[in-house]
Amino acid sequence: MSKPSKGTSRRGFLRGAAAAGAGAVAAGAAKANTPDPLITEVQSWASGLGDGVDATPYGMPIEFEGDVVRRNVEWLTADTISSINFTPIHALDGTITPQGCAFERHHSGAIELRKQDYRLMINGLVDRPLIFSYDDLERFPRENHVYFCECAANTGMEWAGAQLNGAQFTHGMIHNMEYTGVPLRTLLEEAGLDTAGDLSDKWVYVEGADASSNGRSIPMEKALDDCLIAFKANGEALRKEHGYPVRLVVPGWEGNMWVKWIRRIEVMDGPVESREETSKYTDVMEDGTARKWTWAMDAKSVVTSPSPQAPIKHGKGPLVITGLAWSGRGAITRVDVSKDGGKTWETARLAKPGEKMALTRFYLDTDWDGEEMFLQSRAMDETGYVQPTKAQLREVRGLNSIYHNNCIQTWWVRPDGEAENVEVS
Amino acid sequence: MSKFLKVGAALMVMATPAFAEGFGLGRTALPEEIAAWDIDIRPDGTGLPEGSGDVWTGEEVFADQCAACHGDFAEGVDNWPKLAGGADTLADEDPLKTVGSYWPYLSTTWDYVNRSMPFGNAQSLEPDDVYAIVAYILYSNDLVDDDFVLSKETFAAFEMPNAGGFFVDDRMETEFTKWVGEPCMENCKDSVEITMRAAVLDVTPEEETTEDTAQQDAAVITEDATEEAAEPTAVQVAAVDPELVKAGEKVFRNCKACHKVGDGAKNGSGPMLNGIIGMTAGSVEGFRYSKPMAAAGENGLVWTQENLQAFLADPRGYMKGTKMSFRGLKKEEDLKAITAYLSTFDGS
Repeated sequence: MSKPSKGTSRRGFLRGAAAAGAGAVAAGAAKANTPDPLITEVQSWASGLGDGVDATPYGMPIEFEGDVVRRNVEWLTADTISSINFTPIHALDGTITPQGCAFERHHSGAIELRKQDYRLMINGLVDRPLIFSYDDLERFPRENHVYFCECAANTGMEWAGAQLNGAQFTHGMIHNMEYTGVPLRTLLEEAGLDTAGDLSDKWVYVEGADASSNGRSIPMEKALDDCLIAFKANGEALRKEHGYPVRLVVPGWEGNMWVKWIRRIEVMDGPVESREETSKYTDVMEDGTARKWTWAMDAKSVVTSPSPQAPIKHGKGPLVITGLAWSGRGAITRVDVSKDGGKTWETARLAKPGEKMALTRFYLDTDWDGEEMFLQSRAMDETGYVQPTKAQLREVRGLNSIYHNNCIQTWWVRPDGEAENVEVS
Repeated sequence: MSKFLKVGAALMVMATPAFAEGFGLGRTALPEEIAAWDIDIRPDGTGLPEGSGDVWTGEEVFADQCAACHGDFAEGVDNWPKLAGGADTLADEDPLKTVGSYWPYLSTTWDYVNRSMPFGNAQSLEPDDVYAIVAYILYSNDLVDDDFVLSKETFAAFEMPNAGGFFVDDRMETEFTKWVGEPCMENCKDSVEITMRAAVLDVTPEEETTEDTAQQDAAVITEDATEEAAEPTAVQVAAVDPELVKAGEKVFRNCKACHKVGDGAKNGSGPMLNGIIGMTAGSVEGFRYSKPMAAAGENGLVWTQENLQAFLADPRGYMKGTKMSFRGLKKEEDLKAITAYLSTFDGS
């Protein structure tokens, strides 16, 4: 009864839309020739009864939204245990990413760690090496902040050319949540930093409780600035796949540093130079040398709809072009959209003023003439930085950087409403 | 930096006057606890334990512990990381970044092997084994001779080929200055031509529509219903406790990196396991077994649940020379659960 009909599949819908389009193009509201049975006939849902309360003690999205899920690109990695999947950003709106569809990145799988088995150690150059239980953490003054978490490799498959056909796959290694947690600074002060002496050349090394441990070195300045030891996201406990019960939040910096299941923080006089900060997460330049310590995520944006997975289904006329913009160096101040591949630009409307190191939603409410478009978006942040083109990035970095690709993305939208990932001159 | 820290310190004093001495939460970490977790190795070798290992020992340990994924010569199996080769390729169109060609510090290799490898059995290696594996990885990269011995003492003198290949993030100088200011809004370029299309490559995963998903759900429901209907006969055949099977599915996560089960399961770095219960040891088609495992099969070893449990409790104790680098399942209930789970996959 409630199964979606054939017509709701994307291609099926498009066939329908093309047929209906002819009738719908007249100026003003469309006219119907026959009464709509959905209105004139009493429907089962208007006559019978629905589910009672408690049908789903913890609710999942309705089945009609079953295709709004994380997806993985199998050929990218040897195995799903050490792999990544992608947030369905093409199907979401607003800025907060629901935890259940927020991308996952594991190096040795998502572990199950109970709160009562959780321990956090602070050691190294501190006055008092300490162990905290989960309950201890909940007794420190806590804060709420919304931040994006973007994998450094987001858009990394696109360096050499347009490759993956969908915003989910080109830009979906990102999520944006409201975190509740204790400032890392508070915990470091609790352990005492007098022993460390001059803090300007000190570091913290952070590692997780899983087998990969994913250790990273973070300069003390950042550790004392805005890092959070977080235990809630979007109001509820972190999900297993995002580091339950406790993860590190490093606002604006690459996702790999947001250590999940964080179990140890060591104050040090230099970086460890762990695997994740030498062999990975370093950016190879054209001459074969590599940038290291490229922590901040530069300003970036993408049109999420229309896009290859979210084609235009309604023919010409009013069209909402929307997307996301973010910067690891501060707040987004402006997003421009081009429909002609960058010849001319219009400034989009920000749904809300940009917030530091958080996703910003933009809209361009427009009237589509039904002709092909080369859709692009270009973000600017409060430092005055303007999101570069792929050509500009390649000029500095070559093709083998893998990480930190924040180029302007192009979607080729054709008259039938379908869109494709392309590169343009 | 210094300006920020001063401001921050002043804020601290104002914001938390009642807790000038801290909150008094947590407890002192004991030296034994710090020793257990603080195992990081610094580039100068700080943190290394006593020990040593030579290339030939390393070759043996590597074959046992690492080769299933990384290959006998550290050349990598399938999509698993290649640890050797790639010298002088970093400026090529397709650089091969391995321990030898890319990693700047030897400490990183020691630390990573010691803390995170073997995959699925981390922190099971003794320091001498780690020294030996690292020595063998260097040998595989033609960086040492076959008489090389790596130890705490020889470590510091070793410099990796790409040690000088890294520079600190310079984006603020090389990029920010170029890409700042009021951007072009009109007549920004003369023409726009498509230079590359993703659809031509066709490497994007196929998308399931809502319709497909709903149909799959329906199929699952049908299956469940069939199972229920068939229950009376199923009880006579074998009473597989569904709870135990469920628990076994969780335990199987320890195995998944190397072993596949279910529809379309193929051999990976370990054999696929459909129908393994009741099968002769060493007989999954197309898998290259260790000699002892193949011989055990020829001598009539059959993987009954009991035999498989004994093997999985202590793989190397049960079958000396097995390729399976897994420490074993310690808990009786895990052993029962895993064989119950595996018994649900038949070989047909």
